[in-house]
Amino acid sequence: MSSKYSNITFQGYRRDNGRVGVRNHVLILPVDDISNAAVEAVANNVKGTLAIPHAYGRLQFGEDLDVHFRTMIGTGANPNVAAVVVIGIEPEWTKVIVDGIAATGKPVEGFSIEQNGDFETIRKASWKAKEFVHYATELQREECSISELWVSTKCGESDTTTGLGSCPTVGNMYDKLLPEGIYGCFGETSEITGAEHICQKRAINEEVGERWYKMWKAYQDDVIFAHQTDDLSDSQPTKGNILGGLTTIEEKALGNLEKIGRTSKYIDILEPAEQPNSGKGLYFMDTSSAAAECVTLMAAGGYVIHTFPTGQGNVVGNPIVPVIKITANPRTVRTMSEHVDVDVSGILRRDQTIDEAGDALIEMIRRTANGRNTAAEALGHREFSMTKLYRSA
Amino acid sequence: MSNIPHLLVHDHEDNVGVVVVEGLTAGTEMFCCVTHDNSTFSLTAGADVPIGHKIALKDLKEGDTAIKYGEDIGKIIADIPKGGHVHTHNCKTKRW
Repeated sequence: MSSKYSNITFQGYRRDNGRVGVRNHVLILPVDDISNAAVEAVANNVKGTLAIPHAYGRLQFGEDLDVHFRTMIGTGANPNVAAVVVIGIEPEWTKVIVDGIAATGKPVEGFSIEQNGDFETIRKASWKAKEFVHYATELQREECSISELWVSTKCGESDTTTGLGSCPTVGNMYDKLLPEGIYGCFGETSEITGAEHICQKRAINEEVGERWYKMWKAYQDDVIFAHQTDDLSDSQPTKGNILGGLTTIEEKALGNLEKIGRTSKYIDILEPAEQPNSGKGLYFMDTSSAAAECVTLMAAGGYVIHTFPTGQGNVVGNPIVPVIKITANPRTVRTMSEHVDVDVSGILRRDQTIDEAGDALIEMIRRTANGRNTAAEALGHREFSMTKLYRSA
Repeated sequence: MSNIPHLLVHDHEDNVGVVVVEGLTAGTEMFCCVTHDNSTFSLTAGADVPIGHKIALKDLKEGDTAIKYGEDIGKIIADIPKGGHVHTHNCKTKRW
């Protein structure tokens, strides 16, 4: 079935595994916290590279280590990345990440610091990084179909205007583009609390809905009830949400769910940073609702553009994925317009319909896929936050 | 200007609406719109209410349920007159 959205194209980078990227980064990726200094030195030596220092990667185990590896491998494997230099303290975990990224067919090389020291590691890794920059900068964008995009969403600093305007705008985009064959993703397990009965019903079938509910309930039992001191009311809604007029977690969750539109259904549930493998469609990823953690996990899942509705004005970005900010709050447009990519405050004035706002977002997605830097990219927002499930050994 | 609403309401079942203009003052005759079908009505603001915050569409009594999006969003914990400010001081989740 063809619609007015079927013929939208953009200029993207087609990778060896068939996926399409909208950016062309050469990453210098640390396996662990103590390799950050070497990674930053390489990125300083070789212009056109991007270091992503982070805080973890030592003495993790079990499910927590799985999330760590998935996030590292998924970040390197993301189609917005052309090539990767991986640096770790020792060779074995470094190799796990190198091999995971190499499965995409893209150039990747690992270096370990033990018995080499920072100087020798930085010397060798810098030569490789320079080679990768020459490789990446000769790659050409080519025409790709909108159906080849993977677009994730998560909202932040929500208020009552997100439920009225910016979240329904994202929902309208999904209702229009999911039928064209894109991959979508929403998450924020804790922020569905209050509308879990509705979210369960938005599954493609009962079996998926039951698996979703089990995942949500496990979060309630293992995280909230296990660690709560009184209840969630000191953090959900957040202080920013309350300033913006949101009173209860139910009100916040109902606004949040507007992001999946009227007709879209999710077809499967993803572990944090897991790549979808049930085909095109909308997925729910089990994530924190903290902006940087959530976007980092979705980027590791393979999503190449993120749509981010905000009310009070969240400023988050990501190192490898452009984050498109959408707001309907006229005060936020007035006070922090440098962060806003799509202004849908016309919805509140009733001079813009949700349908028109959805089209405006689709147009901004197309321009961003073509290479337009988002506000977050222009302002240097590169928040990369690893999800940690429990204490290291 | 009269076509720009002061207050938006999601659904006809709702008993609260959202202020969508800055600097709303008590006594303002608000132009209100239900987004579900763009029907309109008017209501007098009973307080100075910031943008994004809620106003009661009718008298709400302690123990009543606050309805928004046509759904239960919590319980009223102190009486609120029609036109009054609805927030954490008089409305709370039923969950805990």
